[in-house]
Amino acid sequence: MKSLLLPPHPKERRVVFQYAWTQGYTPDLDCYLKHGGYEELRKALKMKPEEIVDEVKKANLRGRGGAGFPCGVKWGFIRRDDGKPHYLVCNGDESEPGTFKDRYILHDDPHQLIEGMAIAAYALNVHLAYIYIRCEFPKAAEIVTRALQEARSKGFLGKNILGSGFDIDMHVHQGAAAYICGEETSMIESLEGKRPYPRIKPPYFPAVLGLYMSPTIVNNVETLCHIKQILRLGSDEYSKMGTPGDGGTRVMCVSGDVMRPGPYEIPAGGVTLGELIFDVCGGLKPGRTLKAVIPGGSSAKLLRAGESFKMKVKGADGAMVDKDVPLLDLVMDASTLAAAGTMIGSGGVMVMDDTRDMLWALNNLNQFYAHESCGQCTPCREGSLWMNKMTTRMLEGEGIEQDPATLKNVADNIAGRTVCAFGEACSWPVQSFLAKFPEEFVVAVK
Amino acid sequence: MENNPVSHSSTGSGTRQADQIPPDLAAKIDEAVTHYPVSKRSASLPLLHLWQNHFGFIDESGVDWIAMRLDLEPINILELVTFYPWFRQQAPGKTIIRVCRTLSCAMAGSYEVREKFCKSVGIDPAADHHHGLPTSPDGKFSVEFVECLASCGSAPVLLINDDLHEDVTQADVPGILKKYA
Repeated sequence: MKSLLLPPHPKERRVVFQYAWTQGYTPDLDCYLKHGGYEELRKALKMKPEEIVDEVKKANLRGRGGAGFPCGVKWGFIRRDDGKPHYLVCNGDESEPGTFKDRYILHDDPHQLIEGMAIAAYALNVHLAYIYIRCEFPKAAEIVTRALQEARSKGFLGKNILGSGFDIDMHVHQGAAAYICGEETSMIESLEGKRPYPRIKPPYFPAVLGLYMSPTIVNNVETLCHIKQILRLGSDEYSKMGTPGDGGTRVMCVSGDVMRPGPYEIPAGGVTLGELIFDVCGGLKPGRTLKAVIPGGSSAKLLRAGESFKMKVKGADGAMVDKDVPLLDLVMDASTLAAAGTMIGSGGVMVMDDTRDMLWALNNLNQFYAHESCGQCTPCREGSLWMNKMTTRMLEGEGIEQDPATLKNVADNIAGRTVCAFGEACSWPVQSFLAKFPEEFVVAVK
Repeated sequence: MENNPVSHSSTGSGTRQADQIPPDLAAKIDEAVTHYPVSKRSASLPLLHLWQNHFGFIDESGVDWIAMRLDLEPINILELVTFYPWFRQQAPGKTIIRVCRTLSCAMAGSYEVREKFCKSVGIDPAADHHHGLPTSPDGKFSVEFVECLASCGSAPVLLINDDLHEDVTQADVPGILKKYA
């Protein structure tokens, strides 16, 4: 990946990727220890677990897996002294189209993840943790397994770690190429050796009834690395890097029609969409103009070049005022993108220029969701299939006049009617592509 | 790991995989089961991976053997084999070429790259691939589309056995095939 080898762009602030992309940095324990490795774990083991949870809350860390739930709040659901076993699961199933950040942590800096997990385990009274890695990262599974062995042999994992009296062990668990396993309750079912059908919430909130029906925290790979960074920098400095309610840095993964695609670690809200595309990523290819952007992984709603969004922004005097914000001025943080009707999601920004056909692009995504629906809920199983069939036949010139309206109707009847958020994930692209580019979804009457 | 799935050619009709478990595979299976002290059933996926990595695919005897090893019914294992796209019930080619199909890779030409691979090894790109991996007549290569491989910044990408190939163009295809020949 070329962008990793470049020096950081001035808009970047590499915290999680402080070392991973520097010359000569290797994923072994010796190298990690030379770069301050496991110092924050030592620090954590001298703190009260509640203090760590508090730090994470104050850091305003939001989950980096897509849903963006405040991490400290999630951790706060765990009652340390409820007498039940607790589990921690690291979500390394990175599969949301457009997202490619966790792969670099898993391959290039596995000990940072293990340290973050050990700190989390101590804070949450967890003694057994799993790192769920998609099997399409076979080398990552090897690298992380080796790192776990190294950490165990040096007393960072296992019984009585670093003489603290605290026990924690971890294992790698490989997925088997199913996108649905990135959904946390599906991941838990997969870990239990069952077909990974998501569980219904309530009652199966992982923090209450998770793995083996015990309280469980599922956190994304990048999120768990930020735990170490929060302890290193302190919650105060960490949260100041971001915006209120969205602290720290975020790895933005930019792909599609830009000159320099790649992962860029940027303070939350540290760039606008325009700066990200035209400055950080070097703009579009010569002679092209911007057509559309998917800002947070393929499930995030599409944005159209030239559109603007009414939202409340802070004026010069600090008071909130209504303003019309053009697309390229959207600040890349969770709340701004939510106000624009979409989401920052997993940070996967897919850029499309004027050569792209929106029907073709939507059909590509529809095919993805039709393939990945687990089949548990009827609206999603049947709906994702029919949405794919319709855009396929439209693309092949076999569509019928009612197809665009039927397509919207099907999407509207999936979202909100399924056990898990896959229903929304497969409907939002259809709804937003149709709404933003209606002229590309007209079927001529034959 | 998936390099050199060994005995797929020798596992013809009448030969049961479960009768051919070598000691190193048995040891890996025993080790994997220890990772799940709360429930042996959790070892289902790891055992299926170990099995497929060794034999190249999972036959009926494999399903039965794993189920018995974990005190489960065969259906508990079979329903995983049929659910997860990674698991196979037929032998693949010696080298498996997985081409990412999803949006960023498609925009960067992955459809053309897949077609070039198919044609170069003698696979009909339009054939129905629903049952078993599409494999070249000489058994050397299987070529399939897979969904997002999470490397969209270096699209289009391929996963060949355990190796990621980035920024692949049609012109790279002959060289890649030579490397794995």
